[in-house]
Order: sequence, then C-alpha cells, then structure tokens
Amino acid sequence: MKIGVFVCHCGSNIEGTVDTAAVAAASREFPGVVFATDTMYACSEPGQDGIIEAIKEHKLDGVVVASCTPRMHEPTFRRTLERAGLNRYLFEMANIREHVSWIGKDREANTNKSADLVRMAAAKLLKNRPLFSKQFPVNKSVMVIGGGVAGIQAALDCANGGLKVVLVEKDTTIGGKMAKLDKTFPTVDCSSCVLGPLMVDVAQHPNIKLHAYSEIEEVNGYVGNFEVSIKKKASYVDWDSCTGCGLCVEKCPSRKATDFFNEKLATTKAINIPFPQAIPKKAKIDANFCMKLQKDKCGVCAKVCPSESIDFSQKDEIITESVGAIVAATGFDLFDWTVYGEYGGGKYPDVITSLQYERMLSASGPSEGHIKRPSDGKEPKNVVFIQCVGSRDKSVDRPYCSGFCCMYTAKQTILTKDHIPDSQSHVFYMDIRSPGKLYDEFTRRAMEEYGANYIRGRVSMIYPQGDKLVVRGADTLMGAQVEVDADLVVLAVGAEAAAGATDLAKKLRISYDNYGFYMEGHPKLKPVETNTAGVYLAGACQGPKDIPASVAQGGAAASKVLGLFSQDMLASDPQVSVVEIKRCIGCGKCIETCPFGAIKEIDFRGMKKADVIETICQGCGICTSTCPQGAVQLQHFTDNQILAEVNAICRF
Amino acid sequence: MPILEGKELRIVGFLCNWCSYGGADTAGVGRFKQPTDLRVIKVPCSGRIDPLFIVKTLMAGADGVLVSGCHPRDCHYSEGNYYARRRLEMLKRFLPIMGIDPKRFDYTWVSASEGQRWQEVVTKFTEQIHELGAAPKIAGAEAEETLKLMEAAL
Repeated sequence: MKIGVFVCHCGSNIEGTVDTAAVAAASREFPGVVFATDTMYACSEPGQDGIIEAIKEHKLDGVVVASCTPRMHEPTFRRTLERAGLNRYLFEMANIREHVSWIGKDREANTNKSADLVRMAAAKLLKNRPLFSKQFPVNKSVMVIGGGVAGIQAALDCANGGLKVVLVEKDTTIGGKMAKLDKTFPTVDCSSCVLGPLMVDVAQHPNIKLHAYSEIEEVNGYVGNFEVSIKKKASYVDWDSCTGCGLCVEKCPSRKATDFFNEKLATTKAINIPFPQAIPKKAKIDANFCMKLQKDKCGVCAKVCPSESIDFSQKDEIITESVGAIVAATGFDLFDWTVYGEYGGGKYPDVITSLQYERMLSASGPSEGHIKRPSDGKEPKNVVFIQCVGSRDKSVDRPYCSGFCCMYTAKQTILTKDHIPDSQSHVFYMDIRSPGKLYDEFTRRAMEEYGANYIRGRVSMIYPQGDKLVVRGADTLMGAQVEVDADLVVLAVGAEAAAGATDLAKKLRISYDNYGFYMEGHPKLKPVETNTAGVYLAGACQGPKDIPASVAQGGAAASKVLGLFSQDMLASDPQVSVVEIKRCIGCGKCIETCPFGAIKEIDFRGMKKADVIETICQGCGICTSTCPQGAVQLQHFTDNQILAEVNAICRF
Repeated sequence: MPILEGKELRIVGFLCNWCSYGGADTAGVGRFKQPTDLRVIKVPCSGRIDPLFIVKTLMAGADGVLVSGCHPRDCHYSEGNYYARRRLEMLKRFLPIMGIDPKRFDYTWVSASEGQRWQEVVTKFTEQIHELGAAPKIAGAEAEETLKLMEAAL
C-alpha cells in the first residue's frame, strides 16, 4: 500500500505547539508511506483538493490525515477519498489537536508524540481493507418522546411531512411546562392561545398516535428499525370510552389530591382532568387519594359515569411500537429551591416559585388570576423577585445559566403591575441575561415603564417579621446592605434535567452531561443529532431553552427525521463483525454475548457455525474479544489492526 | 520515534469511542494540560478490548497501559463495559502471576463530558508509571513463553 500523510496546521491550533513540517518529514520514514506533507487547513477546499491531487499524482491507495479528532472530520475526509476514487475506509486519522497540541505546550514532546500517532495510524492503515455498505429498508415512522412544546412541534412537523408519528407523554395531557404558563415573553401574549391550537392539531392529526400517561420501557433495534415497548400506566378509566365530560370529577367526594398542574398551590379531586384544555381530555384516578382503591369504599365516579368508563381493576399495560427514528423531547424540571435554607427552605408559605406565581397569575389557575398570599389570601403590595435560584450557583451544583429566568421575571413584574396597579416589584439580580430578539428591550420596559426596582446583588437571607417577610441582601452597585419588606417573595428557579432523564438516556443509548442534559452529536455542527444514529433531540432535554428555541429545535429535529426518511433504503455501516467460517467451532459464545442479537447459529455442511446479521450488528466488537478462536473479527478494528497500532508505538 | 529520554515513558491508552475518547477530546477542547506520555488507541467499545492486547502491549515494551470506557450502566452498546470490567478485573489478578507489576495497568470510566476527569486520570496514571520507572524489558524467548502461558490462561 502506498500511503500519503497530510499533517494539518489547523492555523495556529496545531502549528503553534507542533512542528508539523518535522512530523511530515518523520512520516516519510514510516513503513508504507510514500508521500508526506504539511498543509494549512486540511479540511478546507484547497486542503481537500490538495489531498485529491496527491492521491492522483503519487498513486496513493491509503491516506492518513493528522489533524483534529475523527469525531469531527472523519466523514469529511472519507468523502474526499471517495471523490478521488478510493474506498472510504482506506483512511485513518491521527488526532494531534485535541490529544496533542491543545493539552501541552512542549513543542518537542508534542512533535514527537504527533509523529508517533501518525506512525500508529499508518501501521493500522496498512491492514485496512476496502469495506462496502449494504442497503436495508427503513420504517418511515417516528416516535416523539415528550409532549411539551418541543415535542408537539416535532410531532406536527413530522406528521405534516407525511410520516406516521407516535407521541409518548408521561403525564395525562400534553402541553408540558408551557401549558402552565399564563403569558409568554417578550410579547406578553397568552400562552394557551399559542399552544392550545397546536395541542388540538396533535389530537386531530390523522398521522399522530398519542400515548398519554405512558412511559418508555425498553428500546431495541437500530436506525430505521427501532422496537420500543411503552408502559401505559393505569388511569383506572377506560380512555377509549371516556368523553371527558367531567361529571366524575364534579361528584368525587375526595378533595385532597395533590394538584400537580397547579404546582401544589391547590388540591384537586381524586379523579381529575388536569385542566380544561387538556389533550387528551380524559379523567384519571390518583390512586393515593381514591377511597375506592384505598379502602374499597365510595365508587361514586363509577355510579355517575354516563359512559361506564371507570375501571378500578385496570393494570399497567405494555405495548410495542415499531418506528424508524426517535426524537427525545423530555424537557426539564424546575430546581428544588428548598435546599436554600437562607430563603426559608420551604418553611415560609409566602416564598413561592416562579411557576407557582405563574399559576396564580393565570385566569385558569387556582385563584382565577388573582394574586393572593398563600398564608392569608391577602393581595400583596410589595413583591420581591429573587433571580438565579438554582442557576449560576456552584454551591448547589448548578453553575450554568438557565437562560430564561431573567426574562420570565421581567414578564412577571409587568404582569404584577397589570394585576395590582399600586404594587411595587423589586428584583434582586446578578446580571441580566436577555440576548434574544426584543428581549433586552423587554426587560428595560419592565424597569422603565412598569417601574420594577432592579437591585443588583444576592439575597443573604429572608426572615419573617409580623405578617411580612424581610428580604436582606446586598446592593452591589450602591455598595450597601439593603432590606426590603415583602408581602410575597417569588424565586426565579432555574432549570435542571428532568427526573428520569438519565434512565431514558441509557435506554436510548445516548450520552448526557454531568447535569443529566442530553449531549448533542456536536455542539456546533450537530445540534439536534445524538451519537446514536436515528435518535434526535428537541427542546430543554438538551439544556435549558425558552419557547422559541424549543420550537425551533423541534422543527429542526423533524427536518432531520424527514431528511433521513427521504431515502427508501439506508446504507448500513460496514464496520461490522464477520465470521471466518473455517475457524469457527460453533461454541456459540458470541451469540450469548452479543447485546443486539445480531449473531445467529447456522448449519454449515452439518456443522454448527455462527453468522453475523449485518444490518443488526452495531460494530461494538464484544464478540471479537469473546471468541476463543479469533474467528469473529470486527472489520476495521480487527485484532491485527489494533496490535499493529500497539507495535507501532512500542517497538522502541 | 523513540520516547523522549528522561522526559517520557511509554504509556498506551485503550479508549472507547463513545465515552472516554470523547472525554479526551473534551479535555483537549477545554485545554486541560496533561502529560504527553500517553498515546491513545481508539476502540469502538471497552468490550472490544481483549485482555491479551494489554499483555501484548506490556510485552512489546510499554511501561503502562490504561483502559477507559463508559461508566457502567452507561454503555453505547448496552453492556460492553460490563464485559470489559469482568475481563479487566481478571487480568489485573493475573498480571503478578505473569511477573508483571499490576500497577502498570489500570482501568477507569470517563464519560464524554468529563474532560476534567480525563485530565486527572491521565495525570495520576502517568505519575504512577513514572514512580515505577521504565518497565524491565522481557527478552525474546521468555516473552514468547509468557505470552503463551497467558493465552492459555485467558
């Protein structure tokens, strides 16, 4: 094999601490290498053209590019090889940026290490073989997990694009966090007027199948052919016949069930529909508060239900759906502020969260849009808002900015003034972050037109005094301590990853960061993709996002799915295992260990042998290291290839 | 190229593509300074690592071998790292029998987002190998024999 080596400067990213010319010079001595050069930007058009020219001029049949991580540009350079008429797998990359130039300043050591990495890549390349993809059919339907605004948008866009959509929502209704909001920034238009019609579209769309009150149990398969089992949780109501008339809710004598939709500000009936615009509008029994289910008494709902839908014997049910792609849109949870002892830690009833306040402001909320102190029901005049509660705070392990709290606080000060004209809002903030379109103008309006008093500084403590709360904090612009008497304190709680997000990530085989937010395929180039083919992300499951960003990402994820499904057949990754039939002794160990069931037993001239089903094999290579005979080899990562790399580094 | 005399030792890292290789990339992107001794060999999954690779690497003259994969329960291939953990733990116990200091080998878990953790792992392991110094070289016939023994045992 004639190998060409291209050592990239990456501007000064690599050249700054690696002598790329020296690496190229050293490479010329490596076995198989017939050509080596350094190049300014290997990935640029002139860079790629240079590689193609060199392939033709020097009749190269293998290429090593020493540059950034293969996770970034391996596909780019593989395409370059294809343009030059070579097989895309006759290519290796040496990562001399992330693994060398960016982690040390010692130019001599870096240059030496870079040459080593090139030697390893070249040694492996000598053992590479051309590989060819196979085609397999795709199931052109998509599952969207999570029915918040991002999931709704993704589902509608896919459905309008002609795909069959399965929307799975863990609550009894879709709508997510947005459904709980009264108004949205920066337009102060009503949240349900924006979201409501979309929810109805989901319910009525012929291409969308909605599984509410359901959770993902297990995910099997691969891009184009996923099998997902879904747990439909017992609602104790037959949703096929329930009409959502609400008679059961009206007659239910139990009034103490937790009202999660109203953020526990109120109580609700044991059988309930979370809010009037719920989709699907179906009743569910909260088993913890139902006297029939707890003590086998009552049963009033069953007696009054005109459609006889109540079924106390209902059990969780597992169903299976087959889809070709999955969009995760599981959203976020609010930070539990009660860890902040200095803010009362959940002790003072008049210290509430922003979402509780939002429910209070909402005409469909528990107080019908009247702002009332939870302690005595009085209308507050002095409302203090505290920002960055569970954001930008290392001490509670939330060092990141949640992004939308500055804006919703500004909105809430405006709404407070609208609801109670003689009220005064005070906002303790660290910095105002309002980078969206018309966002900064909006926060300024809150201050200038609506007279919200913005105080830059952290609050050190809140304590009760009479029927008021005293908020003590610093005003860092004045350089003084301040104390504000508050009737009501609203904490702008930040966002954290949804409960159970990491469990779902494991089922989907996608990665997540230290905080449980899902990781995108690449922070710049693959913002809605994951590293698992066929699984996409939308909304705040990837990191805190406001509504426009969630909607945009929902649409982007849908477009990726539609793009994927624009092909009838997908090309399989040929980096799969193959069995050398002569070596195989039919012990079946590979069949046992394969996590995907991709290896089956076959009969070969009366002998038991293993055989790999190419489209199911995911290329992990567990079988290869299991096989006692070395008969199963993962192509592109064979024993010989890995050991060639070992020998290339260790031979001195 | 030979290692830099007096500066570096020969350390080989086997990293899974999805977590630890990504974690090493994240460390690079974050410009987290690390010793230069370790050279990374990318494998699709820690479950792809045959314990014999590690023995062969040490026999071939490496002074240390580090394996890193996804945290248990967090494998891109569902359970590859469980296989890896079992095999590598076995290997660790075999090394002294083969006359290899088990401190020359370690395995760890680093996720793609844990750049800082990768920096710590590399730094600590490199220091550990430097404390042990260069590995005693095992010559031709003896190495062959040890390898055969190992192959039979694993």
